[in-house]
Amino acid sequence: MNYEPVIGMEVHVELNTKSKMFCRCSADYFGKEPNTHVCPVCLGLPGALPVPNKKALEYCMMIGLALGCKISEKSLFERKNYFYPDLPKGYQISQYRWPLCVDGWIEIAGRKIRINRAHQEEDTGKLNHRGNETMIDFNRSGVPLVEIVTEPDFRGVEEVRDYAKKLQQLFRYLGVSNADMEKGDMRLEANVSVRPELVEGLPNYRVELKNINSFRFMVAAIEYEIKRQISELEAGKKLTQETRGWNEQKKETYLQRSKEEAHDYRYFPEPDIPEISLQSSAIRLQQQMPELPWDKLARFQKQYGLTKQQAEILTESRELADFYEETVRDGADIKQAANYIINRKINIEEVLPAQVVISIKGTSMGIISDEESLKKLAKEAIAENPKAVEDFQKGKESVLQALIGTVMRKSSGKADASKVAEILLKYLRNV
Amino acid sequence: MNDLTSLTLTEVIESLKDKKFSLNELNKSYLERIRKLNPKLNAYLAVNDSCQKIPAAIKDVISTKDIITTASSKILANFVPPYDASVIKMLDTQGVGVIGKTNCDEFAMGSSGENSAYGPTKNPWNLNKVPGGSSSGSAAAVAADLCVFALGSDTGGSIRQPASLCGVVGLKPTYGRVSRYGLIAVTSSFDTIGPIIKSVDDAALVLEWISGEDKMDGNCYGKKFVRTPLRWTHNIRIGVPREYFGEGLDPKVKKVIQDAIKKLEELGAEIKEVSLPHSEYALAAYYIINTSEISSNLARFDGIRYGKSRDNFGEEVKRRIMLGTYALSSGYYDEYYVKAAKVRTLIKQDFEKAFEKCDVIVGPVSPTVAWNIGEKINDPLTMYLSDIYTISANLAGIPALSIPCGFVDRLPVGLQVLGKAWDEETILKVGFAYEQVTDWRKDKPKL
Ligand SMILES: [Zn+2]
Repeated sequence: MNYEPVIGMEVHVELNTKSKMFCRCSADYFGKEPNTHVCPVCLGLPGALPVPNKKALEYCMMIGLALGCKISEKSLFERKNYFYPDLPKGYQISQYRWPLCVDGWIEIAGRKIRINRAHQEEDTGKLNHRGNETMIDFNRSGVPLVEIVTEPDFRGVEEVRDYAKKLQQLFRYLGVSNADMEKGDMRLEANVSVRPELVEGLPNYRVELKNINSFRFMVAAIEYEIKRQISELEAGKKLTQETRGWNEQKKETYLQRSKEEAHDYRYFPEPDIPEISLQSSAIRLQQQMPELPWDKLARFQKQYGLTKQQAEILTESRELADFYEETVRDGADIKQAANYIINRKINIEEVLPAQVVISIKGTSMGIISDEESLKKLAKEAIAENPKAVEDFQKGKESVLQALIGTVMRKSSGKADASKVAEILLKYLRNV
Repeated sequence: MNDLTSLTLTEVIESLKDKKFSLNELNKSYLERIRKLNPKLNAYLAVNDSCQKIPAAIKDVISTKDIITTASSKILANFVPPYDASVIKMLDTQGVGVIGKTNCDEFAMGSSGENSAYGPTKNPWNLNKVPGGSSSGSAAAVAADLCVFALGSDTGGSIRQPASLCGVVGLKPTYGRVSRYGLIAVTSSFDTIGPIIKSVDDAALVLEWISGEDKMDGNCYGKKFVRTPLRWTHNIRIGVPREYFGEGLDPKVKKVIQDAIKKLEELGAEIKEVSLPHSEYALAAYYIINTSEISSNLARFDGIRYGKSRDNFGEEVKRRIMLGTYALSSGYYDEYYVKAAKVRTLIKQDFEKAFEKCDVIVGPVSPTVAWNIGEKINDPLTMYLSDIYTISANLAGIPALSIPCGFVDRLPVGLQVLGKAWDEETILKVGFAYEQVTDWRKDKPKL
C-alpha cells in the first residue's frame, strides 16, 4: 500500500521588540550576563503584574495580516498552567480560546496551507546545566513570542522546508523578528501522521515532534517518523497519540510522552489583563503593511521580465530587492543588473548601487580610470553640491552615493566607480 | 501623652501642623504601645523601629521593599521583597511610613485570622474572640490604637468583616480604583486594597492618597478619588435587600442593623426594599473563581526560588489549591468555572437593577459578632458562610464600607454600605452622616 504523510506545523517566533511582552526589561537577551535583564514582573515575584506590550501585539497582527488571517473581534490572554523550573509564575501567559489572529493561509508549492491561528504569548527562562548543577537564567523570561499553527495540510518534508523558509523570509520582511534559527528565534514543532493514499479524513492519531532545536534535525525527524509510522502500520500495529524527540546520535526519534501522560494545562482567562480590542489598529496596520515577499516576487517577474529563479534570488531579502531596484532607477539595464548582482554575488553592505551601474556600463564602454581626470570630475561634483559636503560631515553617508551619481553623469557613465568613491571619500574627509 | 495614639488620621495631620507633637513623638508613642500590647494581640508580625513618618500598619500580603513580607505563610518565611507595592510608594509621597506588617490569614484565605502560620490575632474587645479576617492584624491594630491607620486587602470581605468584628471603619474600593501592583495575588479578579481606619473622613483621605491609574496594573484605569467635604444629601435613597435579612442572620445583630437603618431614616433618607435575587448563588460562584485563581496564583511557590517546599502551605491554602485545580481541570471547566463566571454576571446585573431604585444599599457585614477562637476552624463551610454578605461586592466589583453601628454582648457590630461602581463618594457620605449622629466609634476596647 502507498501512504501519504499528513503534517501540521507549529512555529514559535521570538519578536525583536525593544522591551519584553509584559514588562519594560530589554528583550535583547542573547549572549547577555545571566539574570541582568529581569524585574519583579518577568521574575514572577509575588504581587507583580503583567501589562501587555502594544508593539508586540502589533507585530503579532502584522504576521497575522500577512498570512491572510482575520483579527479577532474579541481577544483574551489566558493562563497555561504547568510546572517547569524555567517558568517563574507556574503558568505561561498565552492565548488558547481567543487567539488574536485566526483563519489564514499561505501558498506553498502551489497549494494553500491553511493557518489555524497566530497568537501572542511569552517565552520562558532558560536552564543552563553545569556539571551536576542547573542554573536558571531569566533574561529570556517574558520575551514576546508569536505561535503560528497550521492545519494538517502538508504532504511532505519539502513543503515543510519551503514553509519554514517562507516564514523566516516573511518575519524579516516585516521586521518583526531576526528569525535566526541558530539563536532560537524561530522554533519548530511538527504533528506527523500517515494515511493510506486516496483515503480521506485525518488519521485517528498524531505524533508530536517537540523540543528539536535545529531546523535540520526537525527535517530529519519528520523523514524518519514518516518511515517509522509506515513500517509500523505495514506490520499491522496500531499507532497512538504521543510526543517524540530526536536522537541525533542514533538518527532516530524516541518516545517522550504518551497520551496518558499528556498535560492538562487548565487554561482560564488571565484575570490580570483586560480584554484586548485591536480592530482599529488592525485597519491602520493593514494600510501600512510593506510589500510582502511573495508579492514582490510576482511583481519582479512581471515588471522586470525576470525569470522566477532570478526574481527569487533578488527578493530573498528586502534589502537586496531594494538594492536591485535602485540600480535600475539609476539607469542600469534591467537584465544586466539582475545578472550582474546574481552572478557576482554582490555584497550590498559594501557596494553602492551606483557602483554597480557604473561597472555594468563600464563593461560595455571604455572606463575612465586615470587619477587626474577622475579627481577633476570629483572636485566639480563637490563644488556643485556644497550641501552634500556639509551633510556628509554631519554623518549622512548616503550623500556619497549622490556625488558618485554626479560624477557618473559628467563622465557619461564611464568613470571607474570604485576609484571615484575612493577619491570622493578622500576629499570629503579632508575638506 | 497616651491620648496621642487614639487620634484619627485627620486629627494627627492637624496636630502635626499645629506642632502639638512631632513625628518622632508620635512614632515613639505607637512603638511603646505596640511593645506593650502586641504580645497579647499578635497583630503585628514585624515592627519597623525606624519609622519616622506617619505610622501606618500594612497587611503582610502587600510588598514592602527591604521589609520582610510573608503573607503569614511559612512558605515565604524568609522573603524580603526587592520592591514596594504601588500603594506603598503613593503613601510615602504623602509622608506615610510603614510601622509594621500585620498578621492575617495565610495568603488572605480565611475569615477569622486563625489561618496565619504565625498564630492567630486576638480581638481587642475580647481576647478569646477572633478579630475576623483575613485582614485580622490590620483591623486589630486600628481598634487597639497600634497605628494611625492600616491597609488591608479585600477579596471576599477581608477588610469589611474584620473591621466590623473589631469596631472600626473599613473601606473596600471599586475594583480598579486602587493599584494591585505589589499585592500578593489571591483572586486577581476580586483583590482590592483598601484602608482600615478610625473614621469615615480618614477613609476618604486614604482613598484619595492610594487611588488612581497605575501603569503597572492593567486593570487599574480608574480616576483618582477626590476628597470633598462629606455633606449629607437629604432624600438619599437607601435600599435594603430582603435577601440580607433572612435565615442565618443572628437576631441580635439584625436588631442592631435595623436600628441603624432607622437612624438613617431619621436623618431624612428614603428607605426602600430592594432585591438581589441571585444572592443565594454568590457563595458557590465566589469559591469556584476564588479557588481556581488561587491554584494558579500560588503555583509560583514551587520550592525553587523561595527556599521552601509546598508542604509548608497551611491546611486552608492546600484545600483551596486542590479545589481550584479540580475546578479548572479539563472536563470540569465548563461545569464549574464557566458557570461561576455567568453567575458573576447575574450578580453584577442584580446590583445594577437595584441601583436603579436606590443610591446605596445597606445591610449587615457579618451574620454574627466575633466568635470564640477555635469555634469554626474545623468547619470550613460554616467559616465560608460568615462572608455571605460581603462576597457579592467583590463579584460585582463595587465599593462597600463597614462602619461601627452598635454592640451585641459587648462585641462590635458593623453596618455595610454598598455603592455603585466608582461611587465611593455616596457611601462615604452616608457613613459620615451616620458617624456624626452616633458615638459608637468613641467606644474603645479596654486593654
Ligand atoms: Zn522584566
